[in-house]
Amino acid sequence: MNSILTSLNSVGVRRNKRWLVHDFDLTIRRGEIVSLIGPNGGGKTTVAKIAAGALLPDIGSVERAKGIRVGYVPQQIHIESTLPMTVRRLMKLSQNKKRNEIDAMLSLLDIQNLADSPVQRLSGGEFQRALLARALLRKPDLLILDEPSTALDFSGEADLYNHIVDVRDTFNCGILLVCHDLHIVLAKSDTVVCLNVHICCTGKPKQIISDEEFIKLFGNEAAQSHAFYLHHHDHSHNLDGSVSVS
Amino acid sequence: MPFADDFFARAIIAGIGFSLIAGPLGCFVVWQRLAYFGDTMAHSALLGVALSLAFNVNILIGVFVICLLIAFILGHVGDRSNLSGDVTLGILSHSTLALGLVLVSLMYWVRVDILNFLFGNILSVTWSEIAVIYIGGSFIVGVILWKWSALISLTVDEQIAAVEGMNPVQTRYILMILLATIVAFAMKIVGIILTVALLIIPAAAARQFSKTPEQMAMVASLFGVLAVISGLVVSLKFDTPPGPSIIINAFVIFILVLSVYKAKARWNRLAEQSKTE
Repeated sequence: MNSILTSLNSVGVRRNKRWLVHDFDLTIRRGEIVSLIGPNGGGKTTVAKIAAGALLPDIGSVERAKGIRVGYVPQQIHIESTLPMTVRRLMKLSQNKKRNEIDAMLSLLDIQNLADSPVQRLSGGEFQRALLARALLRKPDLLILDEPSTALDFSGEADLYNHIVDVRDTFNCGILLVCHDLHIVLAKSDTVVCLNVHICCTGKPKQIISDEEFIKLFGNEAAQSHAFYLHHHDHSHNLDGSVSVS
Repeated sequence: MPFADDFFARAIIAGIGFSLIAGPLGCFVVWQRLAYFGDTMAHSALLGVALSLAFNVNILIGVFVICLLIAFILGHVGDRSNLSGDVTLGILSHSTLALGLVLVSLMYWVRVDILNFLFGNILSVTWSEIAVIYIGGSFIVGVILWKWSALISLTVDEQIAAVEGMNPVQTRYILMILLATIVAFAMKIVGIILTVALLIIPAAAARQFSKTPEQMAMVASLFGVLAVISGLVVSLKFDTPPGPSIIINAFVIFILVLSVYKAKARWNRLAEQSKTE
């Protein structure tokens, strides 16, 4: 078992007399992709923020391994048009990176031609890649991605998720992925957590699709079609890049 | 120096010192949409003046304390109020200004010209005030340089800043302290009413052709210096009030920069078109 990067213990966040998240547990280990799914307003983004350290829960506790670096890619951020900021400058935000390091990362994510463009001129998908690039430049131990597909078209989305598996293997980091695309979630993650204010169900992808709560939330049809999909992808990636069938 | 004690030289020296520090701070006002916030701070400065006179403390210190207090009240109320931000600002901005005006008028025993506070009186700046501006200014520049990375991170996104250990809450407090200081200084230079203009106009002009935040901050300082020098020259030549003259010159610089930038953009477009044809 790999070492635990962070764990959320019975955390809750209350706003406007309503629990956004209540009694929620989560553990992320090194080398593990944990996906968070659930309906809108179910508290996915709130959990992502807590895990990232951007938000302190009102109750419960958060433990984090000492000295780990966190990379956080929020769902959407808006950079004021009054702020002059090129992609290259954005990479150097709160970290000092060498030019060639930045260029290498930008070309890894296929946005090297945008290095000197103002960030405000980027499309949603390009901007999200830029945010991912700067999170990765931190060489994160724990990477938190909040709905990285919202701003992407379909082919871009598939691309991005292939990148995510690569990232896990390259950086040997733990990844928390907030995602609404069940295909991606069930195919790429090691653990799936289904959240609707509290935990509905949690487990490995193939366990979760037969869970009653999952079926209630996503419908029987979804569960069955994904069961079929999973059948072809019933393997896991080892840290050395080899594939083992479970 | 032949004119070392000349009022005009003192005004120029004070104005240059002020503009150099106002450049980067004005940029943060523009970037974080703090123009109305800064206006509220500046208006509350008159309340600071009134209280300083009543309790016989240094006016700069009184203004600084009241501005800071208002900033913290706004920061605190902002999250909890059911009123929109601009309404909260509007209430505090004008109430504190009105309160300041009334309090000063009640103090029949002090003889001050309220217009000096409203529109500044840079021509009466003393050497000791200049010393305060330069010493305070060095402190501000030092803090800005020290916290630059955190300030920019906060400007880009508060949550990313928090995750990456840049402590955005503390950084925001630091920015408020710096703004309160610059507002207290600006009261002398252009007065309460025109303070925000001298912060945002040079920054807005600098935005037009800046590629990075650092560039914009430095160019804003440069434009501020230009505005102060040309404004004072105009004021001397035509015997116009110095504060408003400085702002008009800042505005002219802004319009010139904007025109040049737009003309250049159009020229580039035309050049590109003719290339493809």
